Amino acid sequence: MSWLLALILLPLAGALAVAGLRSNDRLATLTALGVSIANLALVVPLWIAYDPGGERIQQTWSMDWIPAFGVHVSFGTDGIALLMIAVIALLVPIVIGALSSTDRLPEGRTAGGFLSLILLQEALTIAVFAATDVFLFYVLFEIMLIPMYFLIGYYGGARRQYAAVKFFLYSFLGGLIMLASAIGAYSIASDELGEGTFDWATLVAVVSDAPTTTQIWLFLGFFLAFAIKAPLVPFHTWLPDAAGQAPIAVTVLLVGVLDKVGTFGFLRYSLPMFPEASQELAPLVLVLAVVGVIYGSILAAGQQDMKRFVAYVSIAHFGFIALGIFAFTTQAMVGSATYMLNHSIATGMLILVVGIVATRGGSTRISDYGGMARVTPILGAMLLIAGLSTLSLPGTNSFISEFLVLLGSFGTRPVYTIIATVGMVLAAMYVLWLYQRIMTGPVRGDALVGAGGGPGTAVAPEVGAKKAIRDLSTKEIAVLAPLVVLVLGLGFYPKPVLDTVTPSVEATLSAVQER
Amino acid sequence: MIASSWLLVAFPALGALILLVGGRRTDAWGHLLGCATVIASFGYAVAMFVSSSLAEATDVALYSWIPVDALQVEFGLRIDPLSMTFVLLITGVGALIHVYSIGYMADDAGRRRFFGYLNLFVASMLVLVLGNSFVTLYLGWEGVGLASYLLIGWYTGRPSAATAAKKAFLMNRVGDVGLALAIFLMFSEIGSTSYAAVFAGIGDLSPAVITAIALLLLLGACGKSGQFPLQAWLPDAMEGPTPVSALIHAATMVTAGVYLVARAAPIYNLTETGRLLVTIVGAFTLLLGAIIGCAYDDIKKVLAYSTVSQIGYMMLAVGLGPFGYALGIMHLLTHGFFKAGLFLGAGSVMHGMNDEVDMRKFGGLYKRMPITFATFGLGYLALIGFPFLSGFYSKDAIIEAAFGSEGWQGWVFGGAAMLGAGITGFYMTRLVLMTFFGKERWRELKSADGREFHPHESPPVMTVPMIVLAVGSVGAGFFFALGDRLVEFLAPSVGALSEAEHTALPHALIPWLTVGLSLFGALVAWLIFGRRDVPVERPQNVSPVTRAARNDLYGNALNEALVATPGLWTTRFAVYLDNKGVDGAVNGLAAALGGSSGRLRRLQTGFVRSYALSMLGGSFLIVAALLMVRFS
Repeated sequence: MSWLLALILLPLAGALAVAGLRSNDRLATLTALGVSIANLALVVPLWIAYDPGGERIQQTWSMDWIPAFGVHVSFGTDGIALLMIAVIALLVPIVIGALSSTDRLPEGRTAGGFLSLILLQEALTIAVFAATDVFLFYVLFEIMLIPMYFLIGYYGGARRQYAAVKFFLYSFLGGLIMLASAIGAYSIASDELGEGTFDWATLVAVVSDAPTTTQIWLFLGFFLAFAIKAPLVPFHTWLPDAAGQAPIAVTVLLVGVLDKVGTFGFLRYSLPMFPEASQELAPLVLVLAVVGVIYGSILAAGQQDMKRFVAYVSIAHFGFIALGIFAFTTQAMVGSATYMLNHSIATGMLILVVGIVATRGGSTRISDYGGMARVTPILGAMLLIAGLSTLSLPGTNSFISEFLVLLGSFGTRPVYTIIATVGMVLAAMYVLWLYQRIMTGPVRGDALVGAGGGPGTAVAPEVGAKKAIRDLSTKEIAVLAPLVVLVLGLGFYPKPVLDTVTPSVEATLSAVQER
Repeated sequence: MIASSWLLVAFPALGALILLVGGRRTDAWGHLLGCATVIASFGYAVAMFVSSSLAEATDVALYSWIPVDALQVEFGLRIDPLSMTFVLLITGVGALIHVYSIGYMADDAGRRRFFGYLNLFVASMLVLVLGNSFVTLYLGWEGVGLASYLLIGWYTGRPSAATAAKKAFLMNRVGDVGLALAIFLMFSEIGSTSYAAVFAGIGDLSPAVITAIALLLLLGACGKSGQFPLQAWLPDAMEGPTPVSALIHAATMVTAGVYLVARAAPIYNLTETGRLLVTIVGAFTLLLGAIIGCAYDDIKKVLAYSTVSQIGYMMLAVGLGPFGYALGIMHLLTHGFFKAGLFLGAGSVMHGMNDEVDMRKFGGLYKRMPITFATFGLGYLALIGFPFLSGFYSKDAIIEAAFGSEGWQGWVFGGAAMLGAGITGFYMTRLVLMTFFGKERWRELKSADGREFHPHESPPVMTVPMIVLAVGSVGAGFFFALGDRLVEFLAPSVGALSEAEHTALPHALIPWLTVGLSLFGALVAWLIFGRRDVPVERPQNVSPVTRAARNDLYGNALNEALVATPGLWTTRFAVYLDNKGVDGAVNGLAAALGGSSGRLRRLQTGFVRSYALSMLGGSFLIVAALLMVRFS
């Protein structure tokens, strides 16, 4: 049995088991944590078994599904998918471990139900990245929305219904248009080969020879779905609402991993299947990418709510990723592929820390805080580390990716790159402004020195805080520590990750450039 | 010895790691560890300097850092005279300032963390000067920016400190964009970012590209070194504790821009336009800093603008290319001694005066703080270029070289440098008179926190480093200049020093004219501030020039009008647009697709029925699409 299949089935089984434990929150949490850690452990043999210099798609597994249409349930991974599978397997145990610090579930909701959906989400997300059948990919792309819809709609904030429906409609409609394109590709293949198939490798081989006009139409269908998912301006407006309303644990997975299906889709589907259209339409995507960098950054700076802040930061970062993909150089594309990983780590950590701040203070309004680092210095340090990675400070993981994207894009697309480089300054502005407003200065703000004094007695009267606000506990530090280690470790020694994705990127790139 | 030179960086990096991760457990001995790591690096550097031949550059490859296809960024170090000069300065002055900080920060509960940040700074600064590619330089470049950010914002209770820290980081980032783009351009034109490959390949590029790279590097240098137009952050950076001002914002980090230009000498040698612009920036900034320095009453801000001005001299020098690289570095070294000494002296004054910085509240302190006064006085004399002290040799050499430029440039740059020397004499004398001489104005006053002033000398842990730096301020210039020792030592890195055949002014006249102007400036200062009592209140009825200088010659106002205010309005407009415009348009589009806006509202209320309906609709589409395919 393939390691990939195990990585999908284990959380699926876990989801069922945890669903049965809804009456016992503690047991449900422990079970979910155990399952997710076991799943993370499964990544190790998968990573070892993966040979970067080997076949394009490895660890394959396949069975018939709808033989009449040549649809298979088939899985496999390349270097890029491997990174995404690894990172969701990493983030799920972390969000479960941090759950008691980041979220208070609404009245009447059980941890068992919540965690069951989280594990289901993990299984489906891994399956999406592993799918090597275009129809299977589409089906999973849509099914994946369902646990997320309930995670937002059942467990989110005050406007969760609105956010959940908006999220669902955007993604679902995008998916339907992608389906139309997928079917178009299928019909080309069946004309060409005499029998229909949805097999990725076969479709790539056949469709990439199609006339440019056909390619452009099919490309646009996929593009819309992916541009909504990894939101490019102007398809982004669902994300701030979803991220603002979803529980923190869900936001980490949504922004950290699920959205990457969009940029992953560009790399795995758009470019190899429609190489000529990709080149024809690259300027369009690049414009959206660069606009996203600047626009997302400016909006991030203007946010009053820290969860919406994180959403806009991500929109800016997705702009960088799209820039790197459509600049068509090895360095830029490797930059984008690793950006997908590093953004998950950096932004995942940023969201978790913001969630801890917001749960401690009972508010997500930035202006309700001030001088918090004097009360909770370790939490302050964690926000700073996450922030520095978010602004791509050299020495952090994100720097490697952003540097590669810009350096690689400069050679082919200097004008777009120069504009995007302004995003470096804006990133410093919004990150440091957030940190300054929440953490520095005199202790102030309703969340910290509320009129009622809050629960408990004064814990830090010497610095003026009236509420009982604790610094991070040992357990909370332990949950965040792996992310800190990765931020610095991949900043100073990114070679293993770069070596893993480079051959996959080169294969993708040569598919485009040989046209 | 050279093969293990990574230890130079490893000691302070490990120190920072232990102190910052170890937390309060390391409070008891953290400051000692912090000093020990920097002293260890200094010791290693001295041993390397003594035992190794530095006649040619040695590249030490450590590991493959960013390998992607054609891009192969090594994490490696370059050991050559230029980098070793900086290593000795950074670890030497750094060690002294670490020791001084034991005393200065004794009452601060966060002293251990302070030493962690200082170690982080030293490690980053060493990466900056030791790295053997522009990317490793960039790593150190932003690393020191982070340390600077953390230390400027040290006094977290003060909102002004947080604002100053952010301003410093942001203005530096503007410069960093230049440095980053220069790196991108190098890679796209030459295919590498290592010094060895870039310097070997730079000659094959078109002059326009070379000039572009030089100008982009200059933008980076201006940000880090507080040069026009990115100078405004440096005076604000004085919000940090004074040892930080001495180490980071006077002796080492802010001179990184000068290092960058000298390091990139093979690039600047090929572009006259690039060099000219460096010189213009230096000449303009040296006057700007000196003029503003005359107007401030805050002792640290005067010294900060003095730093801006002195780095202007260094930039002017390295802008002269082969005529000035070594001279810029020499002034950088002597300045490292006397300006660090001056800042430590200012810190000692503040330490004895309840952290007061307003010189109008000082006066007559020479009696109370004799050691501080003596060491500060020597630093002062060195800075104004008093004959045979450090500044005399290094500054005079720059002024002579500036007069050696061709045609009008000789007069303009030489004249600016000489005029600057006169103004320096004025503002530094003013500072010394207001602080150490005259009436003891503090007797009648109280500090901001309501305490009376009891000025006293600082403990030996603080005064000993000041004395050592004072010795450097006196003797370093003579030592370096003797037999052109430093110039010849640096020749393998920056090339031999060329000398102009004829200068705009007679060669022999320049030093004495400079000294004369400087003493004239001092005399004017004495006439205004020495002969008469200094008012405690700042005079309000002043000339437009003074008012302009008090407002930083409107540098901040310009930033405000050109960047900050439009930025704020753009942000507000964008937020409004995104909420009303984009989202509205998309919602509207969705509504149109759905048939009517009423229908959308129903969807948004989230009835499971509507939701199911849309699922059903979707499924219909899927089925319809499938059917279509079968018929085609």
